[in-house]
Amino acid sequence: MTDTTAQAPDVAGPHNWGSGATKRRVRRRYAADRRLQIYGLGAIALAVTLLGVLFTSLIFTGYVAFVTTKVDLTIYLDPSQIDPSKPADANYRKLTRDAFLGLFPDVTSKKEQRDLAKILSSGAPYIVRDYLVDHPGEIGKTVTIPVPLSDPYDQLYKGVIPSRIDALTIGARARFKKLQSRGVVRVEGDKAVVQLGAFVNPADIPGGDIAAADFQRMVDESIDSYFPGERNRAYREILATDAAEALKKRVAADPSLVGKTITVDLPLSEHYDSLARTGEAKMLNPRFASERELEWFDSLKTRGLLLSPFSWELFFNADSRFPELAGLAGALTGSFFALLVCFLLSFPVGIATAFYLEEFAPKSRMSDLIEVNINNLAAVPSVVFGLLGLAVFLGTFGLPRSAPLVGGMVLSLMTLPTIIVATRAALKAVPPSIREAAYGVGASKHQVMLHHVLPLAMPGILTGTIIGLAQALGETAPLLLIGMNAFIPSIENMGILQPATALPTQIFSWADSPERGFVSRTSAAILILLGFLIIMNAVAVFVRQKIERKW
Amino acid sequence: MDTMVGMHSVTAAVSSLPKVIARDVNVYYGEKHALKEVSIDVPDNGVMAFIGPSGCGKSTFLRCINRMNDTIPICRVTGKIEIDKNDIYDPDLDVVELRGRVGMVFQKPNPFPKSIFDNVAYGPRIHGLCKTKKELNDIVHSSLEKAGLLTEVKDRLDDPGTGLSGGQQQRLCIARAIAVNPEVILMDEPCSALDPIATAKIEELIDELKANFCIIIVTHSMQQAARVSQRTAFFHLGTLVEEGPTTEIFTNPKDKRTQDYITGRFG
Repeated sequence: MTDTTAQAPDVAGPHNWGSGATKRRVRRRYAADRRLQIYGLGAIALAVTLLGVLFTSLIFTGYVAFVTTKVDLTIYLDPSQIDPSKPADANYRKLTRDAFLGLFPDVTSKKEQRDLAKILSSGAPYIVRDYLVDHPGEIGKTVTIPVPLSDPYDQLYKGVIPSRIDALTIGARARFKKLQSRGVVRVEGDKAVVQLGAFVNPADIPGGDIAAADFQRMVDESIDSYFPGERNRAYREILATDAAEALKKRVAADPSLVGKTITVDLPLSEHYDSLARTGEAKMLNPRFASERELEWFDSLKTRGLLLSPFSWELFFNADSRFPELAGLAGALTGSFFALLVCFLLSFPVGIATAFYLEEFAPKSRMSDLIEVNINNLAAVPSVVFGLLGLAVFLGTFGLPRSAPLVGGMVLSLMTLPTIIVATRAALKAVPPSIREAAYGVGASKHQVMLHHVLPLAMPGILTGTIIGLAQALGETAPLLLIGMNAFIPSIENMGILQPATALPTQIFSWADSPERGFVSRTSAAILILLGFLIIMNAVAVFVRQKIERKW
Repeated sequence: MDTMVGMHSVTAAVSSLPKVIARDVNVYYGEKHALKEVSIDVPDNGVMAFIGPSGCGKSTFLRCINRMNDTIPICRVTGKIEIDKNDIYDPDLDVVELRGRVGMVFQKPNPFPKSIFDNVAYGPRIHGLCKTKKELNDIVHSSLEKAGLLTEVKDRLDDPGTGLSGGQQQRLCIARAIAVNPEVILMDEPCSALDPIATAKIEELIDELKANFCIIIVTHSMQQAARVSQRTAFFHLGTLVEEGPTTEIFTNPKDKRTQDYITGRFG
């Protein structure tokens, strides 16, 4: 543009590729491109980070649930206690208990034996029973069967819960620190003492009788003076209960001290004593009744009887009150049945509806209305479908509560719009030239549909279906509302009309449970659910690639 | 118009009765009047070309003959079209049967995403034209041969039809159209998407086919119309302006509009 000065304005001279204006334009364009790239990468990075955080926290809490702690129990299958014709009827509780107690011959008192037996899971006898029923020839032999430990010991072995916890709260420790900063706490030998100033109040010594005097009051007032303004007298616990005795002894030895203010060394209570000497105050985790239990546990550990095999129980056991025995078999079966019903209902109906709307429906207000409503159905919150199921399927139709059939029906209502929308998009994507060619050769409408359009639309339809099913797998709210959250301790009687539970609702129940073992199991169940979702979506992608035809 | 019809029966002495007779055909796309009062006779065993500028209605009229316009919901056709004296717009007539008798080749080659064999075999299969596998095989081979494609593909009949070149695909579509043994073949600008060599091959093919079929070809190229057809009809803005033997239309047109179009004044 630099050499247009002498020419007419609308006749441009040769373009100067290196001019300042050009360079500026180019720079700005590159900058805009780079900005767009940065925004895109930033968005992806944010999404990946959030996902990463989710997965990391899930794996971190959940990985322990994939192993289970067991003890190798050597048990003598006493033929005198087992009837070979009815092997399941023997008293396995006794057998198992006796075998376990046999590992600790020095434990003799009834109470201690009860505590010891608590180390084993309450499901251990059933495992022994099941082993014997499967191997009836083993009666009379001595076998080694791995049986699970109860939840506290399971968690202890995995390091999820500590054997010792802090005995003092942070506030208590802070108070003690305040005392220590005044330099009055010192360690003498194997004990710590605090040197306080105490006023030997004659008013507390009625009639000069030192033995009957209220030294506790004097001690309390003494320490009160170190914590002025604190209404809550919790600091009094710093002193040992026999601190008053120490003061009494001192005054008894020297009665002339009455009425004077003296400095006296008072003993500290147990935890503060430990805190002063070692800087730490720990106490036994209240889950364990006594130190002996930890000793027994450690003994099992050192004897090499404890193992950590992969937890197949997580997948094959049904639900249980005891976390070490709880598994997902019931949930997986329930989810499977519900998804099957959902697929069988929504796949044909969805495809037929989409076909009708796309190919056969006349363009009228009615069909527009139907279309709008179907698209809106996809946006309805799933909880509403649950309410619908509750009111109509359970109420009006009277179907059994919490059955996979009802769950599947509710889920199919949710999946239907997804399948319809995906099928319509797939049908629209079939080029009209194929249809015209088919019509031109003399195919009827349904032949065109079946022989040409459907095969070409199939990849899109299948992708939409699998995605819809993957969504249905993870839906919790509607299943909760129809009660598909039953406690299923055994999967033997599960059927389409029996009460059942599903994977997401199982996660919901486990998340609510107080036992520590369920924390990691909840995370593990979430990981399993996510695993299924990833697999289903991968299958959708794979199927799409495999059967997609170029036209 | 009646005198024109009389002239037809005199000049087209070889074929006695016109294959396709159209009288007062009107086509409406919704409110738009796309084709106005078209009446024409198309003789058998020959090629008739429809020429005219874009949007003049020639493709629309062509699609009326095999009722492809039925697939367009807003399209409405009035008037009468007869093939061999059968009114094709008779409500009792089965459209599928009609399309088995009137084949169509489209502007852009559109083979089915199936194998070459299945492309050609589809029509005979759905119309039940052959009972045994051997018969089907014969029909496929003979159609491909008539379309001039057999030598090129005979050892790869199971390859996908979409893997052929443009010219080969169009010949495949022609083979597919003649496999059902139609009486009339409609061609909507069959060579417009092809290169000159492929175009020449197809024109050669049309020349061979005209002995046995009634062919109507819509074309933008006047040279093609001159090369390929015996009779030509000129359409303009939805009306049939002039119709007659090809040589006469191109050397001695009667209507000024035809004259202007042929000499390149517009189009």
